[in-house]
Amino acid sequence: MNSRDRILSRLKEARVSNNKLPEIVESVLPDDLRQQLTSVLQGIGGTVVTTSSLKDITSYLLEKFKPAGRWISMVKDLDIPGPSLNGNPHELENVQVSIFHGHFAVAENGAVWITSDLMGDRALPFICEHIAVVVGSSDIVPTMRHAYDRIGNSSQDFGTFIAGPSKTADIEQSLVLGAHGPKSLTLFLVS
Amino acid sequence: MKVALFVPCYVDQFYPQVGIATLQLLEKLGVTVSVPENQTCCGQPMANSGFAYLSHGCDENFVDSFANFDYVVCPSGSCTLHIKDHLRAEGREDESSQIRGHIKELTEFITDVLQVKELNAKFPHKVGLHQSCHGQRGLGLSQMSEVVAPPFSKPEQLLRMVEGIQLIELDRRDECCGFGGTFCVTEEAVSVKMGIDRVADHIKHGAEYITAGDMSCLMHLEGILRRQKSKTQVIHIAQILNATTR
Amino acid sequence: MTQPGSPQIPLDHASRAEMFNKDSSRVDWHDETLWFVRAKRDRAVKQLPEWESLREAASTIKLNVLDNLHDYLLEFERQAQANGAVVHWAETAEDHNRIVHKIIADAGVTRIVKSKSMLTEECHLNDFLEQQGIDVVDTDLGERIVQLAGEPPSHIVLPCIHWKKEEIGELFAKHLGTTPGSSDPGYLTASARVHLRTHFLTSKVALTGVNFAVAETGEVVVCTNEGNADLGVQLADVHIACMGIEKIIPKRRHLGVFLRLLARSATGQPITTYSSHFRRPRPGQQMHIVLVDNGRTKRLSQPDFRGALKCIRCGACMNTCPVYRRSGGHSYHHAVAGPIGAILAPGLDAKEFGDLPFASTLCGSCSFVCPVKIDIHNQLYKWRQVIVKEGYVTNSKKTGMKLMAGVLSRPWLYTSGGKTGRWLMRVFPWLVNNKFNPWYKQREMPPPPSISFQRWYKENKS
Repeated sequence: MNSRDRILSRLKEARVSNNKLPEIVESVLPDDLRQQLTSVLQGIGGTVVTTSSLKDITSYLLEKFKPAGRWISMVKDLDIPGPSLNGNPHELENVQVSIFHGHFAVAENGAVWITSDLMGDRALPFICEHIAVVVGSSDIVPTMRHAYDRIGNSSQDFGTFIAGPSKTADIEQSLVLGAHGPKSLTLFLVS
Repeated sequence: MKVALFVPCYVDQFYPQVGIATLQLLEKLGVTVSVPENQTCCGQPMANSGFAYLSHGCDENFVDSFANFDYVVCPSGSCTLHIKDHLRAEGREDESSQIRGHIKELTEFITDVLQVKELNAKFPHKVGLHQSCHGQRGLGLSQMSEVVAPPFSKPEQLLRMVEGIQLIELDRRDECCGFGGTFCVTEEAVSVKMGIDRVADHIKHGAEYITAGDMSCLMHLEGILRRQKSKTQVIHIAQILNATTR
Repeated sequence: MTQPGSPQIPLDHASRAEMFNKDSSRVDWHDETLWFVRAKRDRAVKQLPEWESLREAASTIKLNVLDNLHDYLLEFERQAQANGAVVHWAETAEDHNRIVHKIIADAGVTRIVKSKSMLTEECHLNDFLEQQGIDVVDTDLGERIVQLAGEPPSHIVLPCIHWKKEEIGELFAKHLGTTPGSSDPGYLTASARVHLRTHFLTSKVALTGVNFAVAETGEVVVCTNEGNADLGVQLADVHIACMGIEKIIPKRRHLGVFLRLLARSATGQPITTYSSHFRRPRPGQQMHIVLVDNGRTKRLSQPDFRGALKCIRCGACMNTCPVYRRSGGHSYHHAVAGPIGAILAPGLDAKEFGDLPFASTLCGSCSFVCPVKIDIHNQLYKWRQVIVKEGYVTNSKKTGMKLMAGVLSRPWLYTSGGKTGRWLMRVFPWLVNNKFNPWYKQREMPPPPSISFQRWYKENKS
């Protein structure tokens, strides 16, 4: 008997047939999802921009970050180069700004759900200095429970919820934005 | 209604005035109170130190003293909780169970059983209410700050019936005072620091008196106040509710 | 900064807590900092009217997991393997360390990056790997700070909560070349970012913990604010994910409960910045998942204590514990400190950790902030009975308790003993008012009255 078998046999002895799993926990939902999303995300250091045209996105970002450095956009039609990724994430080290589509945003916590098929390279959303995400303005769900209803049993290899810029409060509880990941997050809600 | 008074051992020995106030208060509220004369201790000091197996003598004595009353009333949340959770005299489960189901801390007895709506009491002073932990989180005497649920407080409800009293707010509404039974000497440094912090919170908000439902908490806070030569005093809630002229 | 574990420092909580309390203003600072986190938690949870229902749901799900862990682990293994991950089973901490070392050695590297994992702390992985010549770089900022200082973390979520920014500034000046005397958190963090980025870019192997492992899909979920787990894994060729077997949850949708509870309980945030779902490795990347028992199956068979396995390692119990806040994580001399540590550690070694369940007033606050409703304060009480029964208390304590029980259970002895004691205190106060009486160190003794309540009652009423 190897380790696995020994562990499993001990667990088998401890097995109690218990099929009790709770149903939905109902939440009190806000009237205005976009308003809650905006206020929460801004509260955690993100920026929310509402727009009806993709062109506005490019001009907004150029204004905010200046054209310096290397930019990569996974969102087409932005006049910003797409990735010429060769599967080596290390060469993304110098990316200043990267832009992605997000599937949807979560109002209660400002998070955006992005999956690996939208990332180009899985390192890109984490290694760049500044990140921007584009989500449809009606693609906002109230809570994480609704988020997982929407994700369902989709089969992405890797997916993540990103809520604002990377941060830490490890030094005397002082909040610092831009720990190891991006220093800022800009969310574009496009109608 | 046959009611017995259970006087905690340290109240009996060190704070008889609390037992007297409790008795007088209950009688004023129309209760005929028996005081079983051989009562000693609920056994908590041993049990909380890991020696629950040594408390059978106390359990036995407790059942001897308190079996077959409609209610057993006690001016201590922690002793009440201990009996409620742990009283099991060997071979006497029926009696033990009856007592466990009918023991009440003083304030909950007054609010829930007697359902008193007014008191003839006067205590025109600034008072800080210390929420003793076992009474609050164990017996549910008041809502704890940890949970998301409507606020309530049985001790506070009664205190607000007292003429002239001013209840102060605290920065930390229900933090533990640090007594904790034998903890008060086995972890003396932390126990005292917790007590010093509690006292400071009350004094910061102008308390002339600190009150609680447990004399054990107050004994610990009083020890600190007197060492600090503070003018602030401790007083058990029974004594406030029983105060007619002051 | 003293080094815990060095020979001059006593091991037990009470002694260490006493030392911690010598610097009273530092205790105030530590206490207020952690109370601040508790207060943030309160503000966050009170915004969810359904908070208590969420806790109940999470507790129920975890109880279901514990009852069916055998089946869920098999399902998880099947799914993870189908996803292309390699699944390893470790019975003990030593097995875990050997398995991890082999994966690293097979990758041909001598340095790895590691994001936060309490399990690896529990197994003392870093020490083991260092002895095998593997350099481990902890990438969570708080963990990196304590690593540079040569200390273990003092809190499972806020590893260096016991360090002041000036002290961190000095540490960074020494190890990272920052400007001496600078303590600005923004500057120090930015310096750490640069320093650690080099490690991310040069490490072929990245080790992470696991917050939740989903049986239904075989995916592992890792939650961070810094993004260090993600950067490490996405730049590495080998991802090693280490987890206790109890970290399983049945279905992906249950994350909709747990991810609403975790960060709010831990720090008062609605969610961590990153909640990453690692399902399949990148093409060409290896993914290893190490499942660890280390006493968990034993605990599962103990009805009084198995509830502790529901723990999702949020640290809320530490932030609320008035004793933890005033004694610091190192007083618990264990990877996981505070209330949850005090009920987990004795299960590993009741002798070494027998002091921990007594480091509590049983106030109960921990149980009611716990997002999965572990009855921590009840387990603390029960552990005390076990530790005494197994003989891990001093003979003098045992004798003292027997004496106390003897007196308190005999009415005549109790009455005469009490009367004599009070008389002695009145007439010879120095008998108790002295430095041998621990109560008297910082408190006055209660004034001894001349008659007891019972005596008064006899004389006045009956």
